[in-house]
Amino acid sequence: MAVSNTMTAPAKPAASREEAASFLIKRHRFRAAEALPWLIAIAVYFIFPDRMTFGSQVLVMIMFALSLDLILGYAGIVTLGHAAFFGIGAYTVGLGAAKLGWTEPVSGLFAAAIVAGLVGFMTGWFLLRYRGLTLLMLTLATAIMLQEAGNLRSDLSGGYDGLPGLTFDPLFGKFDYDLYGHTYYIYALVALAVVFYVVRRIVYSPFGAALTGIRENVRRMHAIGSPVHGRLVMVYTIAAAIAGIAGALFTQTNAYVTLTVFDFDNSAKVMVMLILGGTGRLYGAFLGAAVYMILEDHLSKLSPTFWQFGIGLLLVLAVLFARRGLMGLIEDAAKFVAKRRQS
Amino acid sequence: MTAALQVESLNRNFGALHVTRDVNLTLERGARRALIGPNGAGKTTLINLITGVLSPSSGRVLLNGDDITATSQAFRARRGLARTFQINQLFRGLTVLENIVMTIGERDGENNNLWRPAGAKRSVIDEALDHLQSLRLVDDALRLVRELPYGRQRLVEIAIALAQKPRVLLLDEPAAGVPSSESHLILDVVAGLDPDIAVLIIEHDMDVVFRFAKEITVLVQGAVFTQGTPDEIMANAEVRAVYLGEDGHAAAQKAGQRGGQHG
Amino acid sequence: MPHVANIAVSILFDGLAYAMFLFITSVGLSVTMGLMNFVNLAHGAFAMAGGYIVVTLTRTLGIDFVPSLIIASVLVGIISIPFERGLYRRLYKATDLEQVLLTIGLAFMAIATFTYFYGPIPKSVPLPTWLQGDINLGFRAFPSYRAFLIVLGVILIVVLWYVFERTNIGAKIRAAVDNRRMAESVGINVDRLFTLTFAVGSGLAALGGGLAIQLFGLTPYFAVLYLVLFLIVVAVGGLGSLKGTLLAALVLGVFDTAGKYLFADAGGFFIYAVTVVVLLIKPAGFYGRE
Repeated sequence: MAVSNTMTAPAKPAASREEAASFLIKRHRFRAAEALPWLIAIAVYFIFPDRMTFGSQVLVMIMFALSLDLILGYAGIVTLGHAAFFGIGAYTVGLGAAKLGWTEPVSGLFAAAIVAGLVGFMTGWFLLRYRGLTLLMLTLATAIMLQEAGNLRSDLSGGYDGLPGLTFDPLFGKFDYDLYGHTYYIYALVALAVVFYVVRRIVYSPFGAALTGIRENVRRMHAIGSPVHGRLVMVYTIAAAIAGIAGALFTQTNAYVTLTVFDFDNSAKVMVMLILGGTGRLYGAFLGAAVYMILEDHLSKLSPTFWQFGIGLLLVLAVLFARRGLMGLIEDAAKFVAKRRQS
Repeated sequence: MTAALQVESLNRNFGALHVTRDVNLTLERGARRALIGPNGAGKTTLINLITGVLSPSSGRVLLNGDDITATSQAFRARRGLARTFQINQLFRGLTVLENIVMTIGERDGENNNLWRPAGAKRSVIDEALDHLQSLRLVDDALRLVRELPYGRQRLVEIAIALAQKPRVLLLDEPAAGVPSSESHLILDVVAGLDPDIAVLIIEHDMDVVFRFAKEITVLVQGAVFTQGTPDEIMANAEVRAVYLGEDGHAAAQKAGQRGGQHG
Repeated sequence: MPHVANIAVSILFDGLAYAMFLFITSVGLSVTMGLMNFVNLAHGAFAMAGGYIVVTLTRTLGIDFVPSLIIASVLVGIISIPFERGLYRRLYKATDLEQVLLTIGLAFMAIATFTYFYGPIPKSVPLPTWLQGDINLGFRAFPSYRAFLIVLGVILIVVLWYVFERTNIGAKIRAAVDNRRMAESVGINVDRLFTLTFAVGSGLAALGGGLAIQLFGLTPYFAVLYLVLFLIVVAVGGLGSLKGTLLAALVLGVFDTAGKYLFADAGGFFIYAVTVVVLLIKPAGFYGRE
């Protein structure tokens, strides 16, 4: 018999069973380290009170990246049009406020989620039968067509100049918005926390495991009876809804929305954030979005050209040498430290 | 009694290439049938047609009497049809235990649940561990599949198929690629399969075939050349000429000497 | 000429010229993607590089337009070789995502580099007199430049067709696109084949870039702006197919031109709508496999 030489090889079979079982049973439990990003986010509120508007944008991007991670990182589906759902959410709230007088913010988030989710469901049902270049082009074309449609009715959408001067009701009728965006930051943070909790539960659920299975070996999934297409449409719909919420938050925190939210640039940007942070790792979205936004904020002010070059270079290097992103590097470092401690 | 699996006049063309010709095959409950034939005979293609990876040009496939010819792979799997692949199709980045839990999850519809933590249903984990225990894989439960030696990976491949609790099991060269020092593990498993399951095994190793099979189907160039019991096949001069050759004959004789029918 | 017929002829003519541009720039991408299954989003950057080299050659070095086109194509073709050998080769077995991200990264780097050296203002090229103005074909006058584009396109199509269908090299390429492993096992050096096709494809892209200056103007964002178009042509035509790329270029070129002529604002729609419809029905494109 082949010799088992791993750290999980215990003495008695019975002990091994329990170990194996408890690994799975405890997997979803919150780890202490998970509090870190939230503590940092709260600390930022106190340490950088004058950067709250920027802070809100970072939170919005984290949510956007999180939504993409569900499809890209967990289910393994590569698309080029995720910005479409962001844009749909952004415009649901924008048009709602500008044309329908719907200025209540929290219900706006729900509306955005529903509309974006619906579009995600309808497009996903058709498009997720395809993969590779075909899917890339179909999703890209869909996003561009939405943008063009918006441009066509620029009387409604405000075109590339956008819908300016949107106003929203105070939160729950009480918390008004101050010039420095403090209320908005907390609002975005709470929304992110809620969304994150939902995403985390999905990822650790049997459904989440199935997504990983689809990513790892779709042939096997078919052979064991998995309704692959149905699963993909489901996760795509959820991801679209979340991207929609992110877009809605964007409009609310900026009091402004233009058709540039549909840009391919946006879809590319969020993919870059994810790969920088690390796909399929929940917190990769946090790291990647935060690092990207902070770098962009500092560097593109110095020289937009150097920033663009730098981001391109970073991407190339990441793909060649740090495929699992910053989270991957952190994990490797942690393993290294653990090994050193053992010996 | 309805056969567990019935293949009726199955044909498959790829343009002018007729890869499966008018194949008829029946697997009763508890069947132990070996599918043998020279390379390129179309054995894996036949399995692919039965499982739904390919759709036939004509003919029918019936599972427990139900016509499943127009259904998807997943549909057939959920109705009790399991298979192993000639080259392992595993979830290499996951642990052995997770591979089995995933399979049970699909089988029972657990994987439709988006909210409950995956480890919360103790019964699923226990059942998975039972499967691993019966294949002596428990020690490897927490190892990533890609870190296992090939022979043990092959066992995981079979474990997945068995975890589906199939009524019909199609094994595509289960011992292929396994070093001879480890192949007895596979063969023990195959020999110890639940007597209620209908099993079809593609094999080249005549040792395995004559040890395991109660019936043999010989496939040549996509068509059924002949079918029968191991004794009949052994005695068939044409088969010997076409396929078994010298070595196969020796193995067949040896198996015959070990006595009688095998199960 | 009666009014409707006049418009139809204009649409066909302009559509054909546009189609030729699309074909010349995209054919290299189609063959290389079909050959190596590699998603190359930096292809637009090679086209853009060709354009900028033509600008420098004509404006700074005073070389004529047509010779500049040739020099730029050859130059970019040669420069692309170390990229293929040193960088792309490492990712042939990588996932779609990795290829997409790497090549997007390269495209970003290219855009930044050219912005640094040439600035963001659109560039133009001085054309020789015979390419300016109109050419009179008796029943109607046509812009000379576009007529030139069409003639050049046709010549290239004939040359490429000949190479593909009638030469040894072409046969090897077709075999490798069809079934790489089989081609390798019969002794075709697929690696070298790929470097060659990649170089020629990039050179053609550069040619397309140089030709595009007069049509669209040249800015550093050319690399991504038109990339979408090239990808669409390739996807709709089918990877690795000369016929497919040509058919897709014609269909998309004429539809887009017609759309913009007839429905000014909504015009941009057509090209994407056609793409979606074709891909839903034939996911591998007109002449793609599986």
